[in-house]
Amino acid sequence: MYSRYMGLSDIDSPMLNRRSDKEIAMAETILSMENITKIYPNGFIANKNVNFELRKGEIHALAGENGAGKSTLMKVLFGEEQCEEGKIFFKGKEVKIDNPLCAIKMGIGMVHQHFMLVPSMTVAENMVLGLEPEKAGFLNKEEAVKRTIEVSEKYGLEIDPHAKVKDLSVGLKQRVEILKALLRGADVLILDEPTAVLTPQETVEIFEELKRLRELGHTVVFISHKLNEIKEICDRITIMRDGRTIDVKMVEEVSEQEISRLMIGRDVQLKTDKTPAKPGQTFLSVKNLSYTDAAGQQILKDINMTVRKGEILGIAGIEGNGQNELSELVTGMRKLRTGQIRIGGEDISRKSVREIRELGVSHISQDRMTYGVVSDAGVADNIIADRYYRKEFKKGILLNKKKICEKTDQLILEYSVKCDNREQPVRMLSGGNMQKVVVAREFSSDPKLVIANQPTRGIDVGAAELVHRKLLELRDREAAILLISADLTEIIHLSDSIIVLHGGAIAAYFEDVKQMDPVELGEYMLGIKKMTREQIGGAVHEQ
Amino acid sequence: MKQIVNIIFSTQFFYSILRISTPIMFASMGALITSRAGVINIGLEGIMLFAALSGVIFSAVTGSAWMGFLGAVATGVLIAILMSYVALILKSHITLTGIAINMFASGSTVFILYLVTGDKGISSSLASKVMPTVALPLIGKIPVVGEILSGHNILTYLSFLAVLFTYILLNKTVIGLRIRAVGENEQAALSVGAKPVKYQFIAMLISGVLAGMGGAYMSMGYVSWFSRDMVAGRGFIALAAQQLGQGTTLGTMCATFVFGMADALANNLQALQMPSEFVQSIPYLTTIIGLVVFSIAKQRKELKRIRENNQKAV
Ligand SMILES: Nc1ncnc2c1ncn2[C@@H]1O[C@H](COP(=O)(O)OP(=O)(O)OP(=O)(O)O)[C@@H](O)[C@H]1O
Ligand SMILES: [Mg+2]
Repeated sequence: MYSRYMGLSDIDSPMLNRRSDKEIAMAETILSMENITKIYPNGFIANKNVNFELRKGEIHALAGENGAGKSTLMKVLFGEEQCEEGKIFFKGKEVKIDNPLCAIKMGIGMVHQHFMLVPSMTVAENMVLGLEPEKAGFLNKEEAVKRTIEVSEKYGLEIDPHAKVKDLSVGLKQRVEILKALLRGADVLILDEPTAVLTPQETVEIFEELKRLRELGHTVVFISHKLNEIKEICDRITIMRDGRTIDVKMVEEVSEQEISRLMIGRDVQLKTDKTPAKPGQTFLSVKNLSYTDAAGQQILKDINMTVRKGEILGIAGIEGNGQNELSELVTGMRKLRTGQIRIGGEDISRKSVREIRELGVSHISQDRMTYGVVSDAGVADNIIADRYYRKEFKKGILLNKKKICEKTDQLILEYSVKCDNREQPVRMLSGGNMQKVVVAREFSSDPKLVIANQPTRGIDVGAAELVHRKLLELRDREAAILLISADLTEIIHLSDSIIVLHGGAIAAYFEDVKQMDPVELGEYMLGIKKMTREQIGGAVHEQ
Repeated sequence: MKQIVNIIFSTQFFYSILRISTPIMFASMGALITSRAGVINIGLEGIMLFAALSGVIFSAVTGSAWMGFLGAVATGVLIAILMSYVALILKSHITLTGIAINMFASGSTVFILYLVTGDKGISSSLASKVMPTVALPLIGKIPVVGEILSGHNILTYLSFLAVLFTYILLNKTVIGLRIRAVGENEQAALSVGAKPVKYQFIAMLISGVLAGMGGAYMSMGYVSWFSRDMVAGRGFIALAAQQLGQGTTLGTMCATFVFGMADALANNLQALQMPSEFVQSIPYLTTIIGLVVFSIAKQRKELKRIRENNQKAV
């Protein structure tokens, strides 16, 4: 998908293409899970009689709505959770997997969505952790480096063994995780939402890596909410809904539409209908904004733009080109030093985060675990985190419990957050449901300006569609919306106008998305092209 | 002023720095190893106190300084096991466990002392032994350097070995690698089969041995008796030294010497009729100033590293 926009599609050599139906049908079953039932200690049944089968040498997609039980099933397979009922067969034999070590020994590896790496150590040290080469108790560092190089050459995944993990990009960290599993002899590799945090290029790269692994006979489980990715590299797909397996299909034989219908149980519109925008007055205006980070690197360069009431301005760009800094500057989370930001006419340089929010700003941060939720607090507490001090939620100096419960329950329903009750700690929710809690809070405060940074990260197609619809609803209620997303389809589909950020500067401005050529957009994102000052100047609308 | 300068530039002054730093050095190495494993051992103070008392008692009973030393170390290990069991296995909070150990030590050592000697303040009625001092062969002959380095208690030299041991353990061994992994990302260690509790237990045991040695030095080297609460905050100073050292062995050692020096200075200034309130605050002032200076330096270093990395990337 991205590869098409970015002219990278020619790396798809025919040899590496999807396996044919016949090959897959003939391939032997390497692993099967039968009638797996998993009940969490709080009584929640996350898997009900689930069947799951892997054939040798395939890339197998595991899809399903948020909270369908995908991660749970894989944790059972990797020995991180124990199932109450069911059997697991691996290479023809029934096996018991009590802990991750057991799984690793058998040849099952897992790359968690949250990295299991030690940041201050080198790549080589991380690679061998747990099975260190030693001489009389001393760590043999050369051997560790040698083994790292060996496995990285064997699979053609380049990595610097001496680099400190904390200095690596997200994509490279993920590569270390994959290599770590391979070093431990993983035949079956489980990847839980590996692409959720990757840039488009990194996604292209990891796909190449996965295809290479498939060629070498490894079996891969690939969990993703991005159906186009599943279509692109997977051979077969298992679809889960409400803790059950719904269907197993050859990916070639199903369309994205069908997959989403199977996942959700009804037809979903993958595209929300959109009426033309009726932009009003300028609400957010950014003037000559530059930003240099603590390390002295210039992140943003002379940004000039405005967002008007009733329009969605999309910010396209490869991640790490200043998008996060921009959104954190506008919301007051970073200190503004050069330039000016006005919201509703007011200069925000001296305002606190709360004062800025009081101007009607709401913010979905790209980092939900740090800035989005308090993971140990309940759903209700998270929902009122931005408004607990308001009159309507108070009774004298105390909180008005009844009011809070009403509001929370209404939002849980409206955003179909899957949780046991409103007091359940957010960390117990599935990744996508956490995101829904954030979105519900941020969209329900009657915002005048919404900064939506990766609003649909990690959430399923149905919920993503809901978020899109809500965004458009807010726009039509005259809110100004700044949408930042690494998902080009999302940006192109929702935005009325688009700005492209490259290297911290505005590289292009498209007044009308309908007249924009996606290929051209890709070229601006990669920095191949840059518009003139006059053209970019269109991004500023005077009152 | 001239007097102060004279004091500072005397060999005795430097000699006393080493002497005074010894117990803190043992404890700060213990603090370092445990903190790298992700547990803050607040109980070092109490462990040292117990060890100091048991060194006196064991050496008096057996008539051998070395048996006293072994007794002290064994006591240190025992208390560390008790702490680890409560904090790591029964999952009580490590800081609270440490505080409990310290309070328990403060009270029960006096109680035991009373049972054994009938005195609640000092053990001078016990014929306890002192660890031998060592005149270094060649080095001892060199002027100035010899005077500073030679003739210390054998445990002072052992404390240097403890630094070397800590450095090798943390940086060169498999156990050290795992201890660091556990301390930094418990989940990561767990996912590759390194059980966090196991390595935290090991770290606690080692800190017990080290604090035991520190305690032995207090009552069998620094002075030749046990008195109530004689450790007097050295366990906490060790924790501060570990903080100052930013988690490195060398840094922790240097920080310990800074504290030792402040302490030595305070001792000397007291003799000069400086107000004692001021003098006694010197070690703590040093702690605060040290923490500030070190963290600024660290920030600078980190920024430089990031910048260099950025340049490499370009
Ligand atoms: N530790 C836990 N205790 C109780 N319930 C849990 C726990 N972990 C997960 N759950 C529940 O189990 C259900 C399935 O969660 P799981 O993480 O497997 O979903 P998922 O399919 O991976 O969803 P997502 O796509 O959002 O990551 C969720 O409803 C979640 O609330
Ligand atoms: Mg999940």
